[in-house]
Amino acid sequence: MTGKVVTITSGKGGVGKTTTVANIAVALAADGKKVVCIDGDIGLRNLDVIMGLENRIVYDIVDVVEGRCRTRQAMIRDKRMPELFLIPAAQTRDKNAVSPSDMIRLCDELRQEMDWILIDSPAGIERGFRNSIAAADKVLIVTNPEMSAVRDADRVIGLLEAEEKAAPSLIVNRLNPTMVKRGDMLGVDDVYDLLRIEVIGIVPEDENVIVASNRGAPLAIEAKSRAGQAFRNIARRLNGEQVPFLDLEAHSLWDRIARLAGRK
Amino acid sequence: MSNSGLLQIKGIRDGLMVTLADAAWPVVRTALLNRIEEQPGFFQGARLALDVGNQVLHVAELSELRDKLSENGITLWAVISNSPTTETTSQNLGLATRLHKPRPQEMQTARGIDDEAAMWVSKTLRSGTRIEFAGHIVIFGDVNPGAEVIAGGSVIVWGRLRGVVHAGAQGNADAVVCALDLSPTQLRIAGEIAVAPRREGKPQPEIARMKNGRLHAEAWTPG
Ligand SMILES: Nc1ncnc2c1ncn2[C@@H]1O[C@H](COP(=O)(O)OP(=O)(O)O)[C@@H](O)[C@H]1O
Ligand SMILES: [Mg+2]
Repeated sequence: MTGKVVTITSGKGGVGKTTTVANIAVALAADGKKVVCIDGDIGLRNLDVIMGLENRIVYDIVDVVEGRCRTRQAMIRDKRMPELFLIPAAQTRDKNAVSPSDMIRLCDELRQEMDWILIDSPAGIERGFRNSIAAADKVLIVTNPEMSAVRDADRVIGLLEAEEKAAPSLIVNRLNPTMVKRGDMLGVDDVYDLLRIEVIGIVPEDENVIVASNRGAPLAIEAKSRAGQAFRNIARRLNGEQVPFLDLEAHSLWDRIARLAGRK
Repeated sequence: MSNSGLLQIKGIRDGLMVTLADAAWPVVRTALLNRIEEQPGFFQGARLALDVGNQVLHVAELSELRDKLSENGITLWAVISNSPTTETTSQNLGLATRLHKPRPQEMQTARGIDDEAAMWVSKTLRSGTRIEFAGHIVIFGDVNPGAEVIAGGSVIVWGRLRGVVHAGAQGNADAVVCALDLSPTQLRIAGEIAVAPRREGKPQPEIARMKNGRLHAEAWTPG
């Protein structure tokens, strides 16, 4: 088996990288794939919290790299899905304990057993970014439809180009169709117009994302959630399927009200 | 002032300037890192400009050093080099390749740069990149918001120009800026500054130049 390494990163913090990793991982695992997530956000560890695995951490990535445990021992098995694992980040130790070549070695080992290795990267300006992209076969950039986030995403795309990585793909997260329609938020077209990289996902703003994260149960398993559907679609596209984008506009409340009122 | 034979450190207006001797890269790199280890307090929080002389450096080497420096609380902001490869690398990493922008008096006196020389850039310049060249610059791609292009001569963009552009940066008022979509964040020719008005509708090719001491943009039309 030769698993694929996908790194999820961004220019700005707080745009939804960790949420994206957790949800894509759950979606891939629900589809019967063997998945391991690596929390590469040293010091800002929180993938374990979103996946609800925090209380099971014994070993972390630094223990693996420094040979204090076998890789298997640091892989925490998910509560719901037997083929979903997490390798947690070290929260307190030396930030330089892991190097890019350590990451490549670890990922090469994981490739033997897993279908997907998802890395939750820190934002592109932070330490640990180069570790997170070192082994990547594919990089996904998460941005919000907001000028400052898009600019920072542009900068990271430039960094990836400078590192001579293959062109990354884009996830536009927290899109609010009603605000786009009003002209109060950048649309996906506007974001694409600037960044010019393939769009692999459009995820609507959805308060259930926050609720689910707090419960430690990523939304992607909930069949009815639109944000969950958007994350599942990203997982399918990673698998090479052609999946049309959700028609977010058509379902916006505003649109329906406008239609009911006979104004459209 | 400090000198160990392999490197020379001095204070400059923008922080510290380290000049590396003409030895193999691993040697001077290690010398620099050792020096920082010996005097961490001296370097902590410093902005560092590095003169690497003739070293030919690629992204892997420079970004590695930049990371090492940042781990020690040092910001590498400029790399001065005689090698075009190293200059390109620095620009790709968003590092400055000159220590300061020309001062106003230099702008007025310095003229007559080599009119024939042009730098060819065939990619989109993304946010955080800065390109400087004493002659003309031709960009086959976009200049995104947050990118900067500074030319002694003219700037031609076969694409969308939305970043900051300065043509005739050494005072040449005959320099022009043309782009298929001329919507810069800020446009300068010699000492004049303009901000593009927000335009509606379809973009069209335009040329910006100085006319009677003022900046003017005019549409290019066939025929
Ligand atoms: N589509 C979304 N709708 C609503 N809230 C979201 C969405 N995506 C992320 N969030 C919230 O945004 C915050 C930051 O997300 P997180 O994944 O931690 O970002 P990062 O890892 O990039 O720092 C979290 O509170 C998360 O629940
Ligand atoms: Mg995170």
